[in-house]
Amino acid sequence: MFAYIMRRLAVAIPTLLLLIVISFVLMHLAPGGPFSHERELPARVLANLNAKYGLDEPLWRQIVNYVYGIVVHFDFGPSFVYPDRTVNELLADGFPVTLTYGSLAFLAAVLVGVSLGVAAAIRHNSWLDYLAVGISIGAQVLPNFVMAPILVLIFTLWYRILPGGGWSFSDPSFWIMPVVALATSYMASIARITRSSMLEVLGSNHIRTARAKGMPEHRVILRHALKPAMLPVISYLGPVFVSMITGSVVIDLYFSTGGIGKAFVESALNRDYAVMMGVTILIGSLTILFNLVVDILYAWIDPKIRY
Amino acid sequence: MTKLFTTTALVAALALPTYAAQPAEGEKLAEDQSLSFWILDAIKSADPQLTSSRTDSDMIRQLFEGLMNEDETGAMIPGVAESHEISEDGLTYTFHLRDAKWSNGDPVTAGDFVYAWQRAVNPETASEYAWFMELMNIVNATAIVNGEKAPEELGAKAVDDKTLEVTLTKPTPYFLKTLSHSTTYPTPQKVIEEHGEAWTRAGNMVGNGAYVLKSHDLGVEAVLVKNDQYWDAENTIIDEVKFVTVNDQNTGLTRTLAGEIDWMNQLPAGQFPRLKEEHGDSVVAPPWACSYAYIFNLSDKGPEELKDLRVRQALSYAVDRDIIVDKILQGGQEPAYFWTHWAIEGFEAPEIEMAGWTQQERLEKAKALLAEAGYGPDNPLELTIQYNTSEDHKKLAIAVQQFWKAIGVNVTLNNYEWKVHIDRLNNQDFEVARYAWCGDYNEASTFLDYFRTDGYNQGKWSNAEYDKLLAEAATSENPAELYKQAEQILIGDMALAPAYHYSQPQYIEPSLRGAPLDNVMMSWYAKDMYRVAE
Repeated sequence: MFAYIMRRLAVAIPTLLLLIVISFVLMHLAPGGPFSHERELPARVLANLNAKYGLDEPLWRQIVNYVYGIVVHFDFGPSFVYPDRTVNELLADGFPVTLTYGSLAFLAAVLVGVSLGVAAAIRHNSWLDYLAVGISIGAQVLPNFVMAPILVLIFTLWYRILPGGGWSFSDPSFWIMPVVALATSYMASIARITRSSMLEVLGSNHIRTARAKGMPEHRVILRHALKPAMLPVISYLGPVFVSMITGSVVIDLYFSTGGIGKAFVESALNRDYAVMMGVTILIGSLTILFNLVVDILYAWIDPKIRY
Repeated sequence: MTKLFTTTALVAALALPTYAAQPAEGEKLAEDQSLSFWILDAIKSADPQLTSSRTDSDMIRQLFEGLMNEDETGAMIPGVAESHEISEDGLTYTFHLRDAKWSNGDPVTAGDFVYAWQRAVNPETASEYAWFMELMNIVNATAIVNGEKAPEELGAKAVDDKTLEVTLTKPTPYFLKTLSHSTTYPTPQKVIEEHGEAWTRAGNMVGNGAYVLKSHDLGVEAVLVKNDQYWDAENTIIDEVKFVTVNDQNTGLTRTLAGEIDWMNQLPAGQFPRLKEEHGDSVVAPPWACSYAYIFNLSDKGPEELKDLRVRQALSYAVDRDIIVDKILQGGQEPAYFWTHWAIEGFEAPEIEMAGWTQQERLEKAKALLAEAGYGPDNPLELTIQYNTSEDHKKLAIAVQQFWKAIGVNVTLNNYEWKVHIDRLNNQDFEVARYAWCGDYNEASTFLDYFRTDGYNQGKWSNAEYDKLLAEAATSENPAELYKQAEQILIGDMALAPAYHYSQPQYIEPSLRGAPLDNVMMSWYAKDMYRVAE
């Protein structure tokens, strides 16, 4: 297992390098640049800016310099659009925010989603099943860009009990709406996957055996059914976790949390090359890491899997 | 010319009255004197010389103060400079500074202005607004930006701590109007050298404005509190100013209506009539110095068809500006038949023939002109309109497509994201494109300069007579007349199809007073505002 993990981590390095090179090239291929404005900058001001940010060097050299900066100084460079800030600072400011509401939303989605799914499966075709399926379909058709304004309308404009946006680490009332809005549709997907996977497991031979030998139903569910039923859920959760903790454009946009979800899209539109690279690398590394975590969890849950 | 400058010389050194909105008699001040202001995007930079955004400027204007300020009508009033003199030839301006202090207690000196202005043009700073110093025509600004001269050679010198002398390359009638722009604000050398780029962080930042930065959570909110060191702190009533970022306009409106935000100066399109009805006087739409137009690509890369004046006239006539303003935008905008915003100070609207016709007459003329130019049902004119991604631009482009269809022109709409739109405009890769221009200062030349042969002028229209008129206007006693003639040439040759003049539909919390609604530049100073008890 240890050797496997080491091997996977070793492969991660060339993967990340490839990610950097491809993103870098694609980004520079896009028309326009960080300093193209409605009022075109005088050529020499543009030249001064390009010189300041090293954009006057050949592309391969920019990539080498960039990677060198990260490896040697852990320096992701200056932002081109936020001239008083570095990418390190922007990520250090924004990531804790998305990490907070993303993890909370993840926990909420998993807890509620799995419970709903399991409840629906064990009371298959009962009112509870219909209710659970109803809720999850309802939640599914309420994507976060619909949920967010509805929540703001109800809790900010009508009842005035929750702030309509902004962020504070010390005041959880700022967290509630982002978490709920982000969690809802994921929760629905988790409930559906859990339900169908659970139904399949409940119909399998080892469950029949367990029931036949007179094992109490709650033990059958918890010991024998839940674990194998979780496999498809876990493979779904790996990438979901990464996308939740790296934030959502919609959540950041509606609730002005200052998280990095919006930074990704915004930096692409602004051609803020360094910020875009920083976020790409962050998401890329987390994706690689959590794919590995999922694979390890697999091996832990399913004795048939060995590395 | 001589007359203008002798008059100015006569009033030289006369201290103009200061201005701060004060509660009228009978008005009772509210307990809570805080103001929260909506901003669409995060503050990109709080550094006066590095910023290039209007949103940033709104905050920087509270944190720093330039030589001049604007009053509620947009007129220039003394800021740090108590008075000034202009030399006979109009090339030398001498400013006398008042006893003002930085927020750390240090005196604000002429040297602070010299430092800041040199910093703006220094190639090492790479300021995106370095061109503003060139626009001000300060001696050597261009050469320094080009790296040909040292920043120390800029035509701005500290004669002593309280006297600043600025020399210009040519008489510049709008020079004083540029002095409330954030690029010209003084910055504290000591603090910048101590903290580097981090000098704008709360805690590090030292300013000379009416407020100081207390905290700044990027993309969430920035909180400013009253600066006790400010020279006019005594008359400053608002004690806290918050800039709240809400990236979505509709959510911004919801939060405004929920009472979290006091002032939203850009209401979502189409919401104005409903809000006006529901909130009455809190919802207003004063003019704002920007104009919207469709520009024609007349460069070598542009289509041959557009080089025919009759075609350009037909296209411009066919645009039904009343529909655009009354049915689509519905926010107090005005139909535009010329380029310069109608509310610009000292601007006299030219007589434009098509403005007097009915839309029916315009359509008939348009059809006749197109037929004359050789286009008809068998040989329809085909064009593309380029616009950048935005619901509003899209609505307008679709409307124009329909207007032009009515005269037999087939239009294809090309939508690009902002940066691509810009790139294509700057490289003349378009046929007809939507464009908008916002004035840099409150004088017509800021609009008209755009169409000069050496202006930004992405459509590459060029007219020697027009260039000459603008050059003359720069030193003229009566520039308004010349600007009027220039507009007539511009529209006579239909370098563009003007669409509308902007307004700024906004919501202002009922207890808030002193918002500068008569200032077309929309520059506001929290120090001039206050809240009354309800």
